[in-house]
Amino acid sequence: METFKGAAADHHGVGLGTARGAAPYPVLVADTSGAVREVNRAALLLFPRAVDGAWLQDVAPAWLADAHRYLTDLVLSGGQEALLSPGHESMRPMYGDAGGRAFEAYPTVGEEGEVAWWLIDITDRRLAETALRTERQRALLLSEVSNALLACMNVERCTTVTAQLAARHLADAAVVIPSTTNHRLSVISSSATGGVVRRTVDADPGHVPGLSEALQGLPPVSGRWIDPGALPDWLVPGALAGSVGSVVVTPLPGHGVPTGALVLLRGRENAGFSESEEAFARLFAARAGAAWSVVRLYAEQASITATLMRELLPPTLRQVHGVQFAGGYRPSGHGTRVGGDFYDVHPGSDCGQETFVVLGDVCGKGLDAAVLTGKIRNTLQALLPMADDHHRVLSLLNGALVASQHARFATLVLASALRLPDRVRLRLTCAGHPAPMIVRTDGTVEEADTRGTLVGVLSEIEAQTVEVELAPGETCLMYTDGITEAKGGPLGGAMFGERRLRNALAECLGMPAEAVVERIQMLATQWIGQGRHDDMAVVAITAPRTAHTAASEHPPGRCTT
Amino acid sequence: MTSSPSSSSSSSSSSDAAPALDTARTRLWDAVSVGDEHAAVRAAHAAVDDGLTVETVLLDAVTHVQRRVGTEWAANRITVAQEHAATAVNDRVVAALALRVADRPDRAPRNGRSTDRRLTIACVAGEWHALPARLLAEVLTLRGWQVDFLGAHVPTPHLIAHLHHTGAAAVALSASLADRLPTVHTTLNACRSAGVPVLAGGAALGRDGRYARLLGAAWAGDARGAADRLEEGLVRPDPTAVRQPVDDLAHLDDQEYTLLTRSTVQLVQHTLAALEDHVPAMKTYTERQRQYTAEDVAHIVNFLATALYVDDDALFGDFIRWTADILAARDVPPDCLFPALNLIGGQVKDFPRATGVLHRAHEALAAHIDSMPPPDPERPG
Repeated sequence: METFKGAAADHHGVGLGTARGAAPYPVLVADTSGAVREVNRAALLLFPRAVDGAWLQDVAPAWLADAHRYLTDLVLSGGQEALLSPGHESMRPMYGDAGGRAFEAYPTVGEEGEVAWWLIDITDRRLAETALRTERQRALLLSEVSNALLACMNVERCTTVTAQLAARHLADAAVVIPSTTNHRLSVISSSATGGVVRRTVDADPGHVPGLSEALQGLPPVSGRWIDPGALPDWLVPGALAGSVGSVVVTPLPGHGVPTGALVLLRGRENAGFSESEEAFARLFAARAGAAWSVVRLYAEQASITATLMRELLPPTLRQVHGVQFAGGYRPSGHGTRVGGDFYDVHPGSDCGQETFVVLGDVCGKGLDAAVLTGKIRNTLQALLPMADDHHRVLSLLNGALVASQHARFATLVLASALRLPDRVRLRLTCAGHPAPMIVRTDGTVEEADTRGTLVGVLSEIEAQTVEVELAPGETCLMYTDGITEAKGGPLGGAMFGERRLRNALAECLGMPAEAVVERIQMLATQWIGQGRHDDMAVVAITAPRTAHTAASEHPPGRCTT
Repeated sequence: MTSSPSSSSSSSSSSDAAPALDTARTRLWDAVSVGDEHAAVRAAHAAVDDGLTVETVLLDAVTHVQRRVGTEWAANRITVAQEHAATAVNDRVVAALALRVADRPDRAPRNGRSTDRRLTIACVAGEWHALPARLLAEVLTLRGWQVDFLGAHVPTPHLIAHLHHTGAAAVALSASLADRLPTVHTTLNACRSAGVPVLAGGAALGRDGRYARLLGAAWAGDARGAADRLEEGLVRPDPTAVRQPVDDLAHLDDQEYTLLTRSTVQLVQHTLAALEDHVPAMKTYTERQRQYTAEDVAHIVNFLATALYVDDDALFGDFIRWTADILAARDVPPDCLFPALNLIGGQVKDFPRATGVLHRAHEALAAHIDSMPPPDPERPG
């Protein structure tokens, strides 16, 4: 600033010898009338016509001349003090272009109101700033792409979101085409406003330059080689029909397999895609493709799991041949749907035949246990013709389990239910399992008097079958020890226990079977609260209170007693 | 069905059909209250034959009867078993009406496999009142949606896996007890992280939906409103914008909720032990009565924690007044709640918010008991 003070004294002439004149930045002084009074060498190079006495507005860009006029008007009307008021805007730098470069211009005001404009070339900084901003936006967009796509682990949603994001950030419209093995192409197009149209077209991707290649994961074809006029109608979203100016086709590379293609479209009025934009589109496509692969993999796994699980999931029970059945199952662990408890109901071939029910518990939890429950359920299904002899069924099952390589065993309870005109007859057999409980019309709860050894350990088993009868409204509850051994309660750490189960069941007299199951499940689950628990299964067999008619059975039963 | 009936047209149709509706309600209640499934199903079919729409029977008759089941239980005029049996019968009625519609050739067509009209309906974990959600599921099915009804007590991971699998356009979440609100919040955030918008409903969200607003969910006061709201379409949330609970609820920063929740069991144990000293009658309690008392204290602590979670005294005050009514209906003097509140208060005196909530509940309870009618001396027991 010392040099500036020295130079300020000499405010006329070109001032080549002054410090101001030798400054490496352009300096230009103009007086209050707007006439140029001093120009240094650097300024002359920039404004060649800016000689002493020329009008600033004739020789300098408008933004500078306007700023000068505004400042000098302010000085003329309010004196120098006007500029000294704190935070006055007029002394802030101005920005503008000159000679094809960008400048920042700082004003300093001399004693007679003349203004010296100090110009700093900020072209490179501007470019760097723009590049930085673009990169930041792109980095942000890429992370948004990954986040948004991974949030929806659903293939269809994933294609929709990809099209929307691409249309919003990369082009006027975007079309996503997943790779397929058949001849029909799914076409998901989105405009910049976010509207998405999904279509399936019977079309040859070979008619679009680069599309077949992209769908096979081959390197992209540059947009400059694609004639927008030659695009088939199915590829062009309605809003852009007939006015496509430029196209880019990019593959969506997956993890080793092509997942699809991304087509970006811009209208005629917008510029084509620059090389940098095409490169970024590839980056975008890489992120999207990677996310797609993960999502597809997840969907495939989920679908495989669902298929394999289907046989392991407990069946939905209903009223069969005039007897109500209901079941409820809650596996241990949050994520799992299957475990070591199971139940099945095999309806008799007609209402004169017994319906066979089994509830069991394989030692262990999770998928390993579930696989064994599947084997036991299959074996029991095969043994159905012998269901009139529970001991024989259990012996054969035991033989099969002992012979297999499993080091696991199981406990079971079998029930055969038959509807009689005014009651339900049950034959119950326990094999190492807690005995079923029965709620009687007088509100008492009794335990079925059956016991036996567990299956899968000893070569011979013992089991006693008991016959009980249910009057209308009475329920027989079969349960696994996950219910009675559920730990929790308001005081923490206590087992739900048989007594609480009895008390709960006593309140269930007269309830339909599914209400009994729901109530027992609810009480046990509430007892556990936030704690961990074992697999829990219950099956209720209830004699309906009202006369049984076909109306309540789906599909209708053949008999109406 | 291409357009949803507006609430005005449906209310006018129900006023035209008022006598038919009254008949349906009476017949249905008579059947449901004695657990007669067949009579209930017959009553529902008869109501439709009389010209009521299936939607009207579901939302104006079944809902009405179910509400009455709740009030009858609260007033101790029916037992828990009767309540469950009645609910099960109502559920059968809903199933029968759904079947009737499904068999009809002119039923609303489903728009292909588009996920735009596919919805998921579930009760949050710990919520066992499934009927309101089931009614909504049936109404939306009637209106042409493809609905996945997941039932009561749906663990959040199962719900999220289901959403990923189906790509549902929205989730309707049901919760009736207010102490489910922290779970509702967790579930909401999980759904939003999966990019699926949520409509929350049920008594837990507050009569005016204030807790839905607080937790950032869309809300509807009844099934009709929910169906209309879903028909308007919910905006998909930005999955990347989902935050931690404390970002939505800044007051959680004081940790009172966390500390209280963590020590619930000890709090209940100490309160129960001290209650035995304060309430002489407890010495003679049976084990079962003792367990009920422990459960009541645990409920009080849970609702206190929930009031801290949503930072609303009224939630706890309402619960205490409701509990007083329930106790009074069962001939338990409601002022037995005072020592419980005091004893809990003594253990949380380092928590200013909890202390404030308990203090105001104490006042509310005193005022409520004063306004109660005196016990009927004629009534036995």
